[in-house]
Amino acid sequence: MRGATESGRGTTIRPMRLKGLMRKEVLQILRDPSSIGIAFLLPLVLLLIFGYGVSLDAEHVPLAVVVEQPTAQTADFTSGFALSAYFDPKGFSDIRSAEDALRKGEVDGIVWLRGDFSRKVLAGEDPDIGVFVNGVDANTSRIIEGYLQGVWSKWQAAASPDRAPYLPVELEQRVWFNPGLRSRDFLVPGLVAVIMTLIGALLTAMVIAREWERGTMESLLVTPVRVSEILLGKLIPYFLLGMGGLLFSVGMAVWLFAVPLRGSLWVLLAASALFLLTALGMGLLISTVARNQFVAGQVAIVATFLPAFILSGFIFDINSMPAPIQLLTRILPARYYVAILQTVFLAGNIWPVVLLDGLALLAMGTFFLVLVRRKTRKRLQ
Amino acid sequence: MEMNSDIVTAAGEAVLTLEKIGKTFRVGGRTVRALKDVSLRVQAGTVTGLVGPDGAGKTTLMRLVCGLLLPDEGKLRVLGLDVLREPLKVQEALRYMPQRFGLYEDLTVQENLDLYADLQGVAPSDRQGHYGELMLMTGLGPFSGRLAGALSGGMKQKLGLACTLVAPPRLLLLDEPTVGVDPVSRRELWAIVYRLVKEAEMTVLLSTAYLDEAERCQEVILMHEGRVLGQGAPSDFSRRVEGRTFQASVPGLNKRRLQARLASAPGVTDAIVRREGVRLVLERPGTPDPVTLLPGEAQVEVRPVAPRFEDSFIALLRERGGSLPLPTMEVKREPSVTEGDEVILVENVKRRFGDFYAVKGISFSVRQGEVFGLLGANGAGKSTTFRMLCGLLPASEGKLRVAGRDLRTAAASARSRIGYMAQRFSLYADLSVRENLRFFSSAYGLYGKAQRDRIDWALQEFELGPMAESAGGNLPLGFKQRLALAAALMHAPEILFLDEPTSGVDPLARREFWHRIGALSEQGVTVLVTTHFMEEAEYCDRLVIMAQGEILAEGTPEETRARFRTPERPEPTMEDAFIALVEGRGGLESGS
Repeated sequence: MRGATESGRGTTIRPMRLKGLMRKEVLQILRDPSSIGIAFLLPLVLLLIFGYGVSLDAEHVPLAVVVEQPTAQTADFTSGFALSAYFDPKGFSDIRSAEDALRKGEVDGIVWLRGDFSRKVLAGEDPDIGVFVNGVDANTSRIIEGYLQGVWSKWQAAASPDRAPYLPVELEQRVWFNPGLRSRDFLVPGLVAVIMTLIGALLTAMVIAREWERGTMESLLVTPVRVSEILLGKLIPYFLLGMGGLLFSVGMAVWLFAVPLRGSLWVLLAASALFLLTALGMGLLISTVARNQFVAGQVAIVATFLPAFILSGFIFDINSMPAPIQLLTRILPARYYVAILQTVFLAGNIWPVVLLDGLALLAMGTFFLVLVRRKTRKRLQ
Repeated sequence: MEMNSDIVTAAGEAVLTLEKIGKTFRVGGRTVRALKDVSLRVQAGTVTGLVGPDGAGKTTLMRLVCGLLLPDEGKLRVLGLDVLREPLKVQEALRYMPQRFGLYEDLTVQENLDLYADLQGVAPSDRQGHYGELMLMTGLGPFSGRLAGALSGGMKQKLGLACTLVAPPRLLLLDEPTVGVDPVSRRELWAIVYRLVKEAEMTVLLSTAYLDEAERCQEVILMHEGRVLGQGAPSDFSRRVEGRTFQASVPGLNKRRLQARLASAPGVTDAIVRREGVRLVLERPGTPDPVTLLPGEAQVEVRPVAPRFEDSFIALLRERGGSLPLPTMEVKREPSVTEGDEVILVENVKRRFGDFYAVKGISFSVRQGEVFGLLGANGAGKSTTFRMLCGLLPASEGKLRVAGRDLRTAAASARSRIGYMAQRFSLYADLSVRENLRFFSSAYGLYGKAQRDRIDWALQEFELGPMAESAGGNLPLGFKQRLALAAALMHAPEILFLDEPTSGVDPLARREFWHRIGALSEQGVTVLVTTHFMEEAEYCDRLVIMAQGEILAEGTPEETRARFRTPERPEPTMEDAFIALVEGRGGLESGS
């Protein structure tokens, strides 16, 4: 008798069986519009939304400029708004119609120059400027406020250099890594983590649940196939699909959205491979428990997709989260991957960050894959 | 394929032995003992049937044999191997076709075969010849490039069998291979099984809920509620009821009414509608006295008939305490308001989907109080016809009148007069029996006292009272069927549509079901029913047989059978008639 094997845990992987399983998987991916949808269409839509639609910057803010008595001075001041990329000024001659426009949502803010603006400026006094901001969107209103102050002090300095406020310390702001302060530059790299989670965890959990639902898993299990072959037969095709999705996303990020890739592509690929294996491990683990597509989808979204979206630092800064939540993010693989992505894209190969976070991913990936191997049985119970 | 020299078995030797096997599941806090103290042996080179009603433990037993489940107790040896210790070796030597064989529906016939050939390690050089044989045997040759999902039910089942057989095993396990398969495909599947046993020296263990199929096995293992009731040749079983089986008829008396009377007559174990009369199984051997059997009837004809497997099966179950008193039922409905005799009128009705005609101009009519059968294979157009009659789908052409209303103009008012019981008993699994009834009655506009009364009526008449608070999903199939029928009757409809009402339900529950249908018809309810069980067609007053959207035959069961009487087959069954009709039209598949 040859070596006894316990519950289908033979170790010899037969290339023929593995090849057969992989070919089946590839054919299914190609023929099932939903896999292609999750792997390519969804990333495309997400990239377009986050690349074009969602922006945390305030640009082209519609602004009402009320000038009660147009003069050379007022024209000089308001031209500052017209030239700014942040504002789209609209002229009004009285405050009432400007307030109407604010109420109707046609403008997000009002700058009110009274009739005595020129007189006071010429007399060397400080003219009063009324500023109203729509506070519904607190983030945007704070940004408008800041910009307005900037425009005002710039104009003041230009109009009367001799009256420039004396400051003992000159503040010069410099934003590192993303000098243009383009939110797209950090959103798009972070988005890659979300996309990889979708392909790795959600898609994988769903396709295995589908096999249970349709009864194909039971038919597979009674063949002489090994557990490791079933797992590899899923891992390899979806790993390749995920890496394809990655290259697609990186290509769009660099060429369509002009996000700089300052670090090396190889570091990016290596980190992505580690994260993808972790995500696949989570997806396979979910599928050992959830045997219908609905449950698998729900579990995958709650356990992997939403945390990757909300808690990974992709949109919301982890350091400004409450301490318990910050602690929670430490067990999220996506957090480490987002950190690597943003570093490699915007800062370059900063080895201490990349290595440390990479090590965390390696540990988590190993943990999930080993757990999956132990939990998967050739049994129905 | 590598042969395991240590598991060669000679003919006549046991390839499968179970000793005192027990298996328990926990389902939603309840403990279900799926198998209790099961001991059996399967001889090499035989076709052994595992026969028993739903929930008997047939599937669990098969899964244990192929190592998908572990027994709680007992010994299990397959092909001389201990399944517990060497599941992989067992899986290399046997093949198992689950009840719902998992074909990859988005793969073609050929790709499915390739996958299983890979998984079972068939050498590429051996494949072509072997595929050719399988294709020939299953008739799948012309469809090798078709997606498995686009095959008919019978073809899928044959493909499943072909995938299972890409490497011929020593032991083949088939779990209900013929469920939901039309009679023609069923006959073909059986032919394949016997060829395999003969030519490839295979041992086959198959489970079935069709009792007539048990007679095609060489050996039968009878299971009920997790226990083995007996094992032996089908004739051994039949012999137990020898001298106890008779055919009774009373000219001029409706056979369902006759059956209802005989079923409750003293000394009768079983009574079912067969042919022109009623087949009886008595408690004791000996010719029955017509007077005690049917007091008050003058012309009772009783003649002995040869016992069948089903007779002894029912007798065994009844003797084991399964003797349910057959229900008497009162529908409590208003007298019918439909004028005229014909409550359903179908005239030259067509239904087109794109450029495909699912129904190609059919005509028939159903009289009030009739039980009318719609027979046909998958894809014959039965379900489409049903949906049109229920007003769920408009007809493309033709005239449809239900309960005196034209469905084109008054679908809603027609619908309030019909009850519909969908295939697979669509109930809310999370709602209790009472909640299900409350929902369905309120959907038909019942509320307040009328609703409460009707729910009480349903709980009582359908004997669902003790289970009123259990969730619909946890009910045994027979009870689900009762609940579904009760739900369809909440608004006391004039016409009842039943789509495959007895599919998968055990023989006892089926008898009870038809008893209720008989009672409904007695009280003037018109019943339209589709079924896969050809013998159940005998319960119908009239029936049509459909194929490919056309009606091939219409008439009483007697008329339909009589058309296919030949010298070689003086007493054709309904199944014979069906097969002859369908084959006369060039088979079921339209081909491509």
